Amino acid sequence: MRSLRAGRLTYAVLVLFTAGSLFPLMWTAIAASRSNTRLAQTPPPFWFGGNLGRNLQVAWTDANMGAALLNTVIVASTVAAGTVVFSTLAGFAFAKLRFRGRRLLMSLVVGTMLIPPQLSVVPLYMLIARLSWTDRLQAVILPTLVSAFGVFFMRQYLAQALPSELVEAARTDGASSLRIVWHVVFPAARPAMAVLAMLTFVMAWNDFFWPIVALTQNGSPTVQVALTGLGRGYVPDQSVIMAGALLGTLPLLLVFLVFGRQIVGGIMQGAVKG
Amino acid sequence: MRGDEGDGRGQVWRSRRYRWDLRWSPYAFVAPFFLFFAAFGLFPLLYTGWAALHQVELTDPDSMTWVGLRNFTRLWDDEFFWNALRNTVTIGLLSTVPQLAIALGLAHLLNYKLRGSAFFRVAVLTPYATSVAAATLVFVLLFGRDYGMVNWALSTVGFDAVDWQNGTFASQLAVSTIVIWRWTGYNALIYLAAMQAVPGELYESAALDGASRLQQFIHVTVPSLRPTIFFTCVVSTIGATQLFGEPLLFNGGAGATGGSDHQFQTLGLYLYEQGWVNLHLGRASAIAWAMFLILLVIAGAARLLRGREASR
Repeated sequence: MRSLRAGRLTYAVLVLFTAGSLFPLMWTAIAASRSNTRLAQTPPPFWFGGNLGRNLQVAWTDANMGAALLNTVIVASTVAAGTVVFSTLAGFAFAKLRFRGRRLLMSLVVGTMLIPPQLSVVPLYMLIARLSWTDRLQAVILPTLVSAFGVFFMRQYLAQALPSELVEAARTDGASSLRIVWHVVFPAARPAMAVLAMLTFVMAWNDFFWPIVALTQNGSPTVQVALTGLGRGYVPDQSVIMAGALLGTLPLLLVFLVFGRQIVGGIMQGAVKG
Repeated sequence: MRGDEGDGRGQVWRSRRYRWDLRWSPYAFVAPFFLFFAAFGLFPLLYTGWAALHQVELTDPDSMTWVGLRNFTRLWDDEFFWNALRNTVTIGLLSTVPQLAIALGLAHLLNYKLRGSAFFRVAVLTPYATSVAAATLVFVLLFGRDYGMVNWALSTVGFDAVDWQNGTFASQLAVSTIVIWRWTGYNALIYLAAMQAVPGELYESAALDGASRLQQFIHVTVPSLRPTIFFTCVVSTIGATQLFGEPLLFNGGAGATGGSDHQFQTLGLYLYEQGWVNLHLGRASAIAWAMFLILLVIAGAARLLRGREASR
């Protein structure tokens, strides 16, 4: 590895990038703390005002943010949990077990990553309409409960991190496959499972295309769909829209603040092997 | 030693169960993925092709009238389809090229020995954790014509205000900015990971040959990263063809038209407009297939390009 020390210029440019990355978020909070009239003046505000509480409250009631946040938490955690468990099971089978059709099935998994979501959105909608699932959370949970990327990610990790001897030893001791999964695979996969869970959670939280098709604003939308209602001008107040955006982003930013390093590590790890 | 070892029938049963377990468990482990994929991925995929050959309305999705290829021929004569295709290409180029170029430079800087490198990595990735909806709503305000911060900043250095929502090029640039903001850090980390795998001797020998840092970057880093760059190009291209949330929400109250004059309506948005605003699910399916075919063409072109490069 290279160990060139960074000069002042490098730091200056990086600080600039960091500012560019964080500024829109910070400004969301500033705008959310101001009034609509103040936002319609130049120069735009650069520091916080005193209206945050009021705006949050209006956004909370007008866009039904409380229910939307709860729905999003349910969707994102269920999708993350399902993806992690199913991906670990399949990843383990592909990495360590021998069975007929293994190569073919794995290339099928990778192949599914190339299918654009638009290609299935119409029939998927017809399907959930027939099941009367429109506006129900299962409409957004079930279609995203498994992930080809997840299977791929776990296979790559387990192929390296789980010694085959360990699996063989457990077998010789008479452990069934399910016991091996529980007592050997899950403990070995824990770091990768955590990373995959966080990546999936972020993705499910921010998912937009399918939820806006499957959930209307009168039903039980996710935060992203509820935000769209604010943006479309049911509430024309810009500061309230920003308060809504803040409410929809803050929980994830907190997750990011706590687990940011692991998420960064996960993306870099997935990149090297992918 | 287990107590029932001597029991012959128990042993037979156990070894049968053992073989059964060994043989079928792998299938049980991969089954959930394939079951869900069959139900919510493969079936819809095939059915889209079927629906594209029918007239289907959103109001009554169960009654389908066979129309053959008419949805596709209509698309061919549809100026809004071509407009959306053009916009998708322009916005795709405007967002992907700068995004990947900046990401490459950023990764190079992050690859130096840095104080607080973890902080910088997390900070540049933060936009990735921001949803399309939240990000776009903020950028709509920042790009406001009269009171937006961008125009205010331009005015302080003596430029005229730009109408970011109504100008064709201006609006496409603004939409691209949102994409660039959200994805640059993510791509930078992918490049950074690849850079850290480049063997240090390559740099050492380049330095011995008197190559400057910039020359090392151009002659050592970029060539070593070629597969990764190719990978990010493919992923970003797929993302660009599917662009949907940014143009939908960049558009004050107008909804799915992509601006007052369709100036930033993408294919993804056009599909949504046909299916869920105009209620023509059959036509939406035809657009979906057209998008897929375009992707296949791009993929084929990329393959050709790559093949030629490899044989060089």
